[in-house]
Amino acid sequence: MANAQPAETFSPIFGRLTFEWIPVHEPILVATFAGVALGGLAVLALMTYFKLWGPLWRDWVVSVDHKKIGIMYMVLGFVMMIRGFADALMMRAQQAMAAGGSEGWLPPHHYDQVFTAHGVIMIFFVAMPFVTGIMNYVMPMQIGARDVAFPFLNNFSFWMTVSGALLVNISLFIGEFARVGWLAFPPLSGSSYSTGPGMDYYLWALQIAGVGTTLSGINLIATVLKMRAPGMKLMDMPIFTWTALITNVLIVAAFPVLTATLALLTLDRYADFHFFTNDFGGNAMMYINLIWIWGHPEVYILIIPCFGVFSEIVSTFSRKPIFGYKTMVWATACIMVLSFVVWLHHFFTMGSGANVNTFFGITTMIIAVPTGVKIFNWLFTMYKGSVRLEVPMLWTIGFLVTFTIGGMTGVLLAVPPVDFQLHNTLFLIAHFHNVIIGGVVFAVYAAVSYWWPKAFGFQMSDKWGKRSFWFWFIGFYVAFMPLYALGLMGVTRRMNSYVDAGWQPYFIVAAIGAVLILMGILCTFMNFYVSIRDRKQNRVGGDPWDARTLEWATQSPPAAYNFPFDLEVKGREAFWTMKQQGFKWPTENYKPIHMPKGTATGVVLSAIAMIFGFAMVWYIWWLAILSFAAMVGIGIAHTFNYKRDYYIPVDEVAATEAKGAAV
Amino acid sequence: MSHSQTASVRVAEHEVHHASPTPIGFWIYLMSDCIIFGALFATYAVLGGGFAGGPGPKDLFEPGFVAIETALLLFSSITFGLAMLQAGKGKRDGTMMWLMVTGLLGAGFIAMELYEFRHLIHIGAGPDRSAFLSSFFALVGTHGLHVTGGLIWLVTLLTQIKAHGLTTANMRRLGTLSVFWHFLDLIWIGVFSFVYLVRLI
Amino acid sequence: MSADTHSHHDDHHDDHHGDHDHGTMGQLMIGFALAAILTIIPFGLVMAEVEMDRTTLVGIIMGLGAVQIVVHLKFFLHLSTKSEEGSTFMSTMLAVIILVIVLAGSLWVMHNMNENMMPEHEMDQMIEEMQSLQSQQG
Repeated sequence: MANAQPAETFSPIFGRLTFEWIPVHEPILVATFAGVALGGLAVLALMTYFKLWGPLWRDWVVSVDHKKIGIMYMVLGFVMMIRGFADALMMRAQQAMAAGGSEGWLPPHHYDQVFTAHGVIMIFFVAMPFVTGIMNYVMPMQIGARDVAFPFLNNFSFWMTVSGALLVNISLFIGEFARVGWLAFPPLSGSSYSTGPGMDYYLWALQIAGVGTTLSGINLIATVLKMRAPGMKLMDMPIFTWTALITNVLIVAAFPVLTATLALLTLDRYADFHFFTNDFGGNAMMYINLIWIWGHPEVYILIIPCFGVFSEIVSTFSRKPIFGYKTMVWATACIMVLSFVVWLHHFFTMGSGANVNTFFGITTMIIAVPTGVKIFNWLFTMYKGSVRLEVPMLWTIGFLVTFTIGGMTGVLLAVPPVDFQLHNTLFLIAHFHNVIIGGVVFAVYAAVSYWWPKAFGFQMSDKWGKRSFWFWFIGFYVAFMPLYALGLMGVTRRMNSYVDAGWQPYFIVAAIGAVLILMGILCTFMNFYVSIRDRKQNRVGGDPWDARTLEWATQSPPAAYNFPFDLEVKGREAFWTMKQQGFKWPTENYKPIHMPKGTATGVVLSAIAMIFGFAMVWYIWWLAILSFAAMVGIGIAHTFNYKRDYYIPVDEVAATEAKGAAV
Repeated sequence: MSHSQTASVRVAEHEVHHASPTPIGFWIYLMSDCIIFGALFATYAVLGGGFAGGPGPKDLFEPGFVAIETALLLFSSITFGLAMLQAGKGKRDGTMMWLMVTGLLGAGFIAMELYEFRHLIHIGAGPDRSAFLSSFFALVGTHGLHVTGGLIWLVTLLTQIKAHGLTTANMRRLGTLSVFWHFLDLIWIGVFSFVYLVRLI
Repeated sequence: MSADTHSHHDDHHDDHHGDHDHGTMGQLMIGFALAAILTIIPFGLVMAEVEMDRTTLVGIIMGLGAVQIVVHLKFFLHLSTKSEEGSTFMSTMLAVIILVIVLAGSLWVMHNMNENMMPEHEMDQMIEEMQSLQSQQG
């Protein structure tokens, strides 16, 4: 396996792209490519055979329906999770082997790409699509809306995220990926130390996906503020909608900092600027400062919607309103503001004085208070409730236990002197996986099992859901508890090999844990298969869980327009109120329903954005200029289209409602 | 809480018309844009002293030149305001006339900025010279790119107003562009105070 | 009762407000006059090279800039606590808080770091030592 990069060349037509950049000499990548290509061909053949291209394009790709887009985000998340998790397995295998002089099976040049790709993919292309997808699917229905505020923008945001994800995956087979860790600190990520296209793939993939994330954030805030059913006050919104609002405020406030920071690094690399270079007055610490101003809010962007998911589930499966509604809202708001004043705890050891470290240590510890309020609220909601241990509730209880442990190790790390011991060790790795897996991943699985019957009209398999939970739950502890121990022994992160053979048993246990998690993931995919196979037996109506919020007042799956009539809502838990009142949807006097039209502009623009990114990565300037001009041109042309909506006729509404009622 | 007693849900008698989400949506976009500028201002604040032995602000900045740029932008804000007043009265030609004046003033501003950049690069004070100049070019250049985007938008909208008149959709777009234009003038206040004037004392 | 008590009726009112209120000629001219004054003073101070304490001058220029930003927000952007049920104002305030955190925080953190990692007097000392070494060798 060659470690050296091909020589830098430049041609006006292909930029610096040459055949040497196609990794035909790397057996792992060739095998992966063969697998992807064969799988891809099989899918293409099946799609053609069953004549699915038309429906895929019409019903999904160009759709501006928030429900379709939400589901597509979830699909993106699961697909990218396979990639990110494959990286995790590779790393666990490497570290289980590479002890006491053995070099393992991944040379550093490859291993460094693997850990970078794992982090980047899991955060930007797994966790972010998951939470965005859940918010997209659920939130508009919870507020009684027919769609989001800017439906076209929603479609565009999704496809931009896909473009970024595709760029990362293209780097696997054309060129290479960055070897710098998921946040790409300079000067390592600068042009002097990161030559080749890897770092540039990183920058353009994140910038393109970042556009999508920011626009989606703006869109969802405007949706909560402007599209609520008449009468629904902010303080009457479901907790999940609240968390969606606050998450998107964080996105809109934090992602611009990431955009700016990555743009500055791009200027350093492409145009010989000197922001973060060692010479000419640059200061690499400024990058670390800026990127963490985004980075810390980012972890709350991931976890806050998950808090919302658990709030809905706990309340439904305890058959009680959420305990302490107002404290829940205020705790979330506090976390939002506090998340902006803790960023320095990511670099306590990098030269700040005691005063600065103390300030940021204390603010960090304070965040544990509102988070604790939430934990107790969930516990008190369950207390004296009639708790049903369905699959979503299992994930929730697993979360409560796991997240609390992860939170406590976080408070440990918030103590600067302790952090001096543990900084950049596997203890930190164990901590953030503890909160991200225990928080975000568990929430996503809980949300999928909870809202699946709403989205598709049939239940998931209970058996496979429970298997998936137990494998994940136990697998997590087996995989990450050894890393806490190793971290306390001083083992640093991102090690390709190590001398002390005494560490090896811990790494082997961790690798076994990763295999258990793999079983959990496989059980989930098995669950998808079994549930879809048996869908006829498992049909459900609109409200399979006896739930409390408005999304359950629709059909399962909901009609394109969500609600056959507009609602006027007073008070919280609107759907519970409807059930108490004995509410029945009228079955006549339907009116035409005003809806946005689908458009291909979003997917076309995003595809061109991806070509632009690719051209920039490889210095193919003519293509970059051309694709950029095309984006501007198509964007302008889109504004000349004034007819973006249509009415669903009464007959169609009546027919849809009659069909739904029959289920 | 009494909410459970007063809670009720019913079918709305009339179709619900939500107010346009565009004004608040665009405002939120501007706030996020503002934070991009915030990060660039912070970079200029932190790295602005990194001259690396190269030229500093007093060697490079001309307050008179910046004053003219500032005047162009401020006048363009006023002319856009006049265009909005015309549009409010439903006068299409007046609106278009003031919009064109706004566009010319904006183009003048961009021309001056390009001239300044070209001059600086020519005398060896380009963005590759020092961290100070890198952060200067990034901040002022980003503002200039926004103004350029605003000009493209303005031309597009002029075409659309000419074709369709002051329709509801065009009025909404005009209002949105107006907010964008005034916002860029607001960012420029930060630029001329913090980037130029303070460093010339 | 919750803090916000907007209703359908208010939504409608805001539509009217948001789409058609672009100020009056009077507002525009007051804004113009104030903005012009607030621009001319700082430029005048710098261009006339007024003899004044540096810190005071910086304070005046930055202060006038801040005032002018408020003037623009009020007279040109028509920011008020009422439009969009207060959402516009709330989002602006939040953006201001974040901006203060990013600017002040970065300056504080980076200054503190520079102090600790590259204390100026030590750097000066080092440079002097190196220069004297060089002169000895030369």
